[in-house]
Amino acid sequence: MPVGEFVNTAVDQPDIKQIWTWLSEVPDPEIPVISVVDLGIVREVTREGDELVVAVTPTYSGCPATEVISRDIEHALRGHGVEKFRLETRLSPPWTTDWISDEGRRRLADYGIAPPPSDGVHEVHIDVGSVGRMPQPVECPRCGSKNTQRVSQFGSTPCKAHYKCRDCLEPFDFFKRL
Amino acid sequence: MARGQQLFDWLLRLGDNAIVLSHRLAEWCGHGPILEEDLAVTNVSLDLIGQGRLWLSYAAELEGKGRGEDQLAYLRDAGEYRNLLLLEQPNGDYAHTMARQLYFDVWHYYLLRGLTGSRDTRIAEIAEKSLKEVTYHVGRSSEWVITLGDGTSDSHDRMRAAIDDLWMYTGEMFEMDPLEVRMVQDGISVDLAALREPWLARIRSTLEQATLDVPEGSWAQRGGKRGIHTEHLGFLLAEMQFLQRAYPNASW
Repeated sequence: MPVGEFVNTAVDQPDIKQIWTWLSEVPDPEIPVISVVDLGIVREVTREGDELVVAVTPTYSGCPATEVISRDIEHALRGHGVEKFRLETRLSPPWTTDWISDEGRRRLADYGIAPPPSDGVHEVHIDVGSVGRMPQPVECPRCGSKNTQRVSQFGSTPCKAHYKCRDCLEPFDFFKRL
Repeated sequence: MARGQQLFDWLLRLGDNAIVLSHRLAEWCGHGPILEEDLAVTNVSLDLIGQGRLWLSYAAELEGKGRGEDQLAYLRDAGEYRNLLLLEQPNGDYAHTMARQLYFDVWHYYLLRGLTGSRDTRIAEIAEKSLKEVTYHVGRSSEWVITLGDGTSDSHDRMRAAIDDLWMYTGEMFEMDPLEVRMVQDGISVDLAALREPWLARIRSTLEQATLDVPEGSWAQRGGKRGIHTEHLGFLLAEMQFLQRAYPNASW
């Protein structure tokens, strides 16, 4: 008897852990070395009845990648045979770069993007005395020097700023802390 | 007036502020003074589009007439827009763009900070999300005003002219009309008049570092929040809405 006949073909639902594994293979469309899970934008995967619910949060509210990410997640789930699911946009709590995983940070640095600091300190209040204050030093992802200079507050995407290393002279992107 | 209608009208103010300023900043795309700044200013524009979409989507849901964010953005004429007059003012030179931005960013920051405590959780959530982005905007526009004000004699003069020219549009930000009063009573929003003091302190400190004086005039040009606009808004909307007007329901 062929082995295939023993395979359970009933409506077998993959467990949540399996779903997370599949989602961790979906790359961010603009920074493809990091997955949407490592980026911290998949907030929750749950089941409501026989429907799978994936909660996704935007990084920046106007980030054009948000819609592409949703499509990529849909595509990945369908590709694994998941048919009944919906994506839910969740704004609160708002996304923070603290949710980028250690693996994600390592991959960003390898890719040439200085990862955001992860000390949990957030500038949610503007300080009248802080006008014109120099931002904290950012390490060059290529040579490791802290002798770097900010060229512009924004880089190629809303989540990054543009820096230059004064030692190795290479320009690089810095994933801003949010 | 029904309560839902009032909330809808009030949300248009927030959404239209974001959309109109976003469009103005997007006009710099391809025309920025330097490449890096071209990218930066359009990224601020992008943040504002995102925030405008969140506000207008919520407004459209509350209205319940089958309109969505796109209908609200593309199919309302100038008289139906509720943005502050300051934000529809032309870009002028970079000093004018940055003076407009500084005045708005600082006000926007304090407003959003207040709205994070709104009784309406959706409003509180959008405010909390936007606040992170706007905090960054404040730092950016402050740095530009200081750089240009405390720069060459030409940049100083231009920055001073811009700060003076746009001053008369700042009073409207703190105006408490009956709709704003109602929103405060309902626990939705905050007292705008009370934002003036922290706003002025931050503006003063920035202008001091920029070697500029705080303008003195107290006369305020108003009307935007009621749909009475300067002549500039019509031209802005003509460009922004052209595609939807010429090809109704076009999408991509």
